Amino acid sequence: MLFALAVAALVLVPVAVTFSSFAQVEGDILAHLTEFVLPELVGNTLWLVLGVAVGVGVLGVSLAWLTAMCEFPGRRLFDWALLLPLALPAYVTAFVAIGLLDFTGPLQTWLREGWGLTGLPEIRSRGGVILVMSLALYPYVYLIAKNAFATQGAIALEAAQSLGLSRTQGFFRVALPMARPWIAAGMMLALMETLADFGTMAIFNYDTFTTAIYKAWYSLFSLPAAAQLASILILFVLVAVVFEQRSRTRMRYGTVGRSAASRRIKLSPALAGLALLYAGAVLAVAFLIPITQLALWTRDVIADDLDSRYWAFAWHSVLLAGMGALMVVAMALLLAYAGRQRPGTVMMWVQRLATLGYAFPGAVLAVGLFIPVAALDNWLIDTGRAWFGFDGSEILKGTLLVMLLAYLVRFLAVGFGPIDSGLHRITRNVDEAARNLGTGAAGLLTRIHLPMLRASLLTAGALAFVDIMKEMPITLMTRPFGWDTLAVRVFEMTAEGEWERAALPSLAIVVAGIIPIILMTWRGAHSHG
Amino acid sequence: MAELILDSVSQSYAKRQIIADLTFTLPEGAIGCLLGPSGCGKTTALRCISGFEPIQSGEIRIGGEVVSRPGWMLAAEKRRIGMVFQDYALFPHLSVADNVGFGLRNDARAARQARIDELLVLVGLSAHADQYPHQLSGGQQQRVALARALAPRPRLILMDEPFSNLDVELRERLSLEVRDILKREATTALIVTHDQHEAFALADWVGVMHQGRIQQWDTPYNLYHEPGNRFVADFVGQGALVPGEVINDHQVEIELGVLEGHIPVECDASGCEHCVRNCHVDVLLRPDDIIHDDDSLLLAEVENKAFRGADFLYTLKLPSGQHALSLVPSHHNHAIGEKIGIKLAVDHVVAFRRE
Repeated sequence: MLFALAVAALVLVPVAVTFSSFAQVEGDILAHLTEFVLPELVGNTLWLVLGVAVGVGVLGVSLAWLTAMCEFPGRRLFDWALLLPLALPAYVTAFVAIGLLDFTGPLQTWLREGWGLTGLPEIRSRGGVILVMSLALYPYVYLIAKNAFATQGAIALEAAQSLGLSRTQGFFRVALPMARPWIAAGMMLALMETLADFGTMAIFNYDTFTTAIYKAWYSLFSLPAAAQLASILILFVLVAVVFEQRSRTRMRYGTVGRSAASRRIKLSPALAGLALLYAGAVLAVAFLIPITQLALWTRDVIADDLDSRYWAFAWHSVLLAGMGALMVVAMALLLAYAGRQRPGTVMMWVQRLATLGYAFPGAVLAVGLFIPVAALDNWLIDTGRAWFGFDGSEILKGTLLVMLLAYLVRFLAVGFGPIDSGLHRITRNVDEAARNLGTGAAGLLTRIHLPMLRASLLTAGALAFVDIMKEMPITLMTRPFGWDTLAVRVFEMTAEGEWERAALPSLAIVVAGIIPIILMTWRGAHSHG
Repeated sequence: MAELILDSVSQSYAKRQIIADLTFTLPEGAIGCLLGPSGCGKTTALRCISGFEPIQSGEIRIGGEVVSRPGWMLAAEKRRIGMVFQDYALFPHLSVADNVGFGLRNDARAARQARIDELLVLVGLSAHADQYPHQLSGGQQQRVALARALAPRPRLILMDEPFSNLDVELRERLSLEVRDILKREATTALIVTHDQHEAFALADWVGVMHQGRIQQWDTPYNLYHEPGNRFVADFVGQGALVPGEVINDHQVEIELGVLEGHIPVECDASGCEHCVRNCHVDVLLRPDDIIHDDDSLLLAEVENKAFRGADFLYTLKLPSGQHALSLVPSHHNHAIGEKIGIKLAVDHVVAFRRE
């Protein structure tokens, strides 16, 4: 219990810190912020959120409906392949899109020189950002809506048809409203990612709170300004969190119809062709084309770029992601165990709070955790100097501590989900059976729980590992000197517009990201009945 | 193998009494059964015996050793009790053989393997030793669970609703099989169920439980033929209560005639003499107490009938309007509304004072 409370407190620290920043106002900076920066930031953010909500909603729901409820050629392939864009960080899709579609990019050049065509819409625009974010984030809605449709869509639709509704009417009047909580939850997750995104916004030069926090941090060297911006961003995030939690409580799982497959709607050849075309186009634009382009660019630069420095980036990425993932898994396991030992409403809220970090943008966590650690550092140094004659300027600040703490807060939920549900599958009877057969507490853990949780722990670790590898703002803002990673390398190259040279580290991140998707799909298909 | 004794055991949870004054003795090697509707406290009783719930009063003894008393309990893993759970609770990450061998960790390898083989033969699953629980049918999983519980030669086996996840046909076959297996291992066993067919097929001793109390602890035969109170009479077997009047201590008159036998009517404070004559009682008539006889002058109207294959269960309306049940061989197919001849064949008179 105490432990769970401590983890929950760790999540609250950055929030408290960022809000308390209003206590010490730096007059000119705040004036500058409110006059020139804030109106644009708020406007940009609102447009972005609105656009992405519509984008992921339309893409996610329509694709989920097609793969869950309709039968068309290639459906089984699309069923999992449409999740692949999850492996592609939005910032990768972003720079590939710009590289391809920019004025100097191959498409426009070809149109201009071959056909004399100009005037293609500018990709570096609000519409461009929304398009890229939607393509990168629709799988959140797709995945969760697909499950909702698969578990209750077929039965509900048949009931609607038996009451005289056409299939189209049935979809809009029954299946869609029923799946609304799921769709809303998926959309809120996508919107949280949107609010948290830093890399894409930086590449598009689209000013939002995350990029503003970064600038306040590095260009203005103003921690209070960064913290104040962060606290405003948290307000946006909290709205999304409230909506997400509310829709989650409305989700009620119906029984899985075993015959769902046989109830799929057989599309006519023309419609099936359209479905194939549509799903294929989304997959191509969101995954196949970017990945191909990355591969092509990588081929061009690999001879020059793949030097010892590059291996250092990769090694740092793997090391950090590994350490972070281990911490996440260990903490998530302890938190889930605490819930098992002391179930109850209080524990449920503590767990919820402790796993709320996934909603906080990395830039916010970086600021919110750096400030207290720096304060602690100063206190330690002062104490050290007074008592032991310590001579130095930093103890904790230059270490990995802030970065790892921020990773832990941000990705604890990623690890907690699979571990908690895995632990729930071990019924009380299994525990009691083992005890009746003469097993004590230690044996219970080593002979029953850990073997039974192995798959869950692996999934949790893999998910956290990949998320940390992709992570950009925390790494960028809190890394100790010399700790450049693949993601940092991507940021630096894209900042200079060198798309080709950003391809190699991106490709490495993407390949690592595909592993857990394959793992999860494989487990889903081979799960023990 | 050991004798199990519960001595006025009570248990309450959040001020609600779950079991009250539970007392029974299950002899060594016998199979006992706690039978009752859901919520009667039978599962709680099982959990008290297995050591997962504390008790507030009384004492639980296994083989003469006290394992639970108020404020103290022997840890579950030290009781040497084998438990078969309703959902079997097999370990999904272990093979059938490893599940069975789980409790034999401290045995030498050869002895362990020999015991696993022996049990797999006993439950007829030798061919499935290397399979995993999810590859087995429900009945097979249940036998693995039983073998796993039996493996460490526990002093006592507990089974919680062991057949409730199986379909009806399998239940009957398996309950006979399980009895056979338990008897061959000569294990003392206590089973909890809400199904009297299961209880009767399996058990030497049955305790009918209601509202946390044992209503009667007896053999299945006695429970059916000499139920101690109205609840037991109603819960065990089918039957109807018809009004009667006591003539003397061995005769009672109902509308179908005079029944002879011991009249076990409880006496009140004023003494038996007083209540014996002209005392109003309800007499239990089992479906096998009323025989169909075409020559009989006693007539009853068929109000409802259920075809059960070998016989019909007729619901009869007696001249007074009272209802009674009768089991009739199935070639006597009478229509609803028809009047048929009946006669009494009551071996055990069961009567309860009218309240």
